[in-house]
Amino acid sequence: MTLLDARNLGKRYASGGRDVGALDGVSLTLCAGETLGLAGASGSGKSTLARVLTRLVPADGGTVRFDGEDWLGLSGSELRRRRAKMQMVFPDVLGAFNPRATVAPVIEDPLRIHGILPKAGRGREVAALLDRVGLPASYAARSIRDVSGGQRQRIAIARAIASRPALVVLDEAVSALDVSLREKILELLVALQAERGIAYLFVSHDLAVLAAVSHRIAIMDAGRIVETGPAAGVIGNPQSAAARALVRAVPRLVIEQEDRNAV
Amino acid sequence: MTMLCAVRQLSVTYRGQATPALAGIDLDIHAGERLAIIGESGSGKSTFARALAGLLRGGASVAGNLHWAAGDPPRAGRDIGFVFQDPSASLTPVLTIGEQVAEGARRHLGLSRKAGQAWALAMLERVRVPEPAKVLRGFPHQLSGGQRQRVAIAAALAARPGLLIADEPTSALDMVAPAEIVALLGDLVRNAGMTLVFVTPDIALASGFADRVAIFRDGRLVETGATGAVLAAPAAAYTAALIASHRDLATPPLIREAGR
Repeated sequence: MTLLDARNLGKRYASGGRDVGALDGVSLTLCAGETLGLAGASGSGKSTLARVLTRLVPADGGTVRFDGEDWLGLSGSELRRRRAKMQMVFPDVLGAFNPRATVAPVIEDPLRIHGILPKAGRGREVAALLDRVGLPASYAARSIRDVSGGQRQRIAIARAIASRPALVVLDEAVSALDVSLREKILELLVALQAERGIAYLFVSHDLAVLAAVSHRIAIMDAGRIVETGPAAGVIGNPQSAAARALVRAVPRLVIEQEDRNAV
Repeated sequence: MTMLCAVRQLSVTYRGQATPALAGIDLDIHAGERLAIIGESGSGKSTFARALAGLLRGGASVAGNLHWAAGDPPRAGRDIGFVFQDPSASLTPVLTIGEQVAEGARRHLGLSRKAGQAWALAMLERVRVPEPAKVLRGFPHQLSGGQRQRVAIAAALAARPGLLIADEPTSALDMVAPAEIVALLGDLVRNAGMTLVFVTPDIALASGFADRVAIFRDGRLVETGATGAVLAAPAAAYTAALIASHRDLATPPLIREAGR
């Protein structure tokens, strides 16, 4: 079932007096429960696309149907209500939250704002969400500043799934994490998808991360999607120059015993 | 192997911190080698790089010794070139690229303004910046992140230092650029007979070109040895875990994909 159908999205920015094309006729679809990996070099437009789809920046042109509705046509209270269905996780785990907040309101806000649960049930739901992302319930009382980077990203995920979204847009959601933490967060995201049928638009410059979690991969270059297909196909047999460059750029673990100086 | 520097019981504690950023590091740096310092956040790897270069800020208390084979401690900028993580922060926006690359050579090699510009042009050619003559007269903001990092490398190499320290030089760059920067650094130090200390969180990136690796964790040196030997048979469980958590395009995906 098609959850998201974006057609011909355009976006231009004025930067230093120059007119910069960020999105140039981008179309994509996403099915319920599917992960679309969106890769590209910096400046390719992938973060702009994520922000246009989440209505953080307006599109200059194009249409988006999401969950059966004209998503770009929604406004005001109607848009706020529907935002429950599309959530976002940002790369900068510290910058995404009010640093003075404790963990509980960060997760409780979407429950309250979107009317998911009456006040009486929210404390228990916060504990359940914390438990689901692998944190003890006692974390609810902690200050956001006092939890580690990996834990903060778990809290960001708990907040994103609190409003029971159909789609979560993950913008470089694991890029700032150490590799050992990164793997655990990826495993968590995959498990949540299997349980709840969430679709992900996973934006990353790191093709190795996308290869781990994506059903399909789309490659962006200069504001356009230049290639899209099943993950294994795009990685194993990239067609565009941009995709080939991204494949080549993934560092491979070289294990060899010879002395390099002897060669 | 000729010793360049013997690091003995090096400890660094930043002001206001209860736990040391580095605790009792013993590590030999060999002349002419490419040594990768590998660690995750909080491992102390950047502190080690800064301590080695003499770039620690005043608030840090330092114990232990750096025994330099040459006797005198090297001078930052002259004997040691340092490449920082973010090239935008290490280059000034208000001077031309030529002036910045030439600065080290003019100060330390005593070149005239004109000779400095010619030297800077040669350096930009060595780091393979496209259109070096044009870039020489330009400013950092006109370049991409990867090209800016090449310029920063040119500036670090301009005074012909014997030791180049690169502290996560590719972490702020686009995915496509790191492999090229790493290849460039490897070539430059080999051709010039320089020593390279390369700090990175990425064990795979290091595996492609480092002669030796030193694995840091929580301010301590976990393990060191020839790159191939450490990767093939890590002595420490932590090193094995780092290797296991590496993910590349050959790693099996976490999802079951239709037709995969």
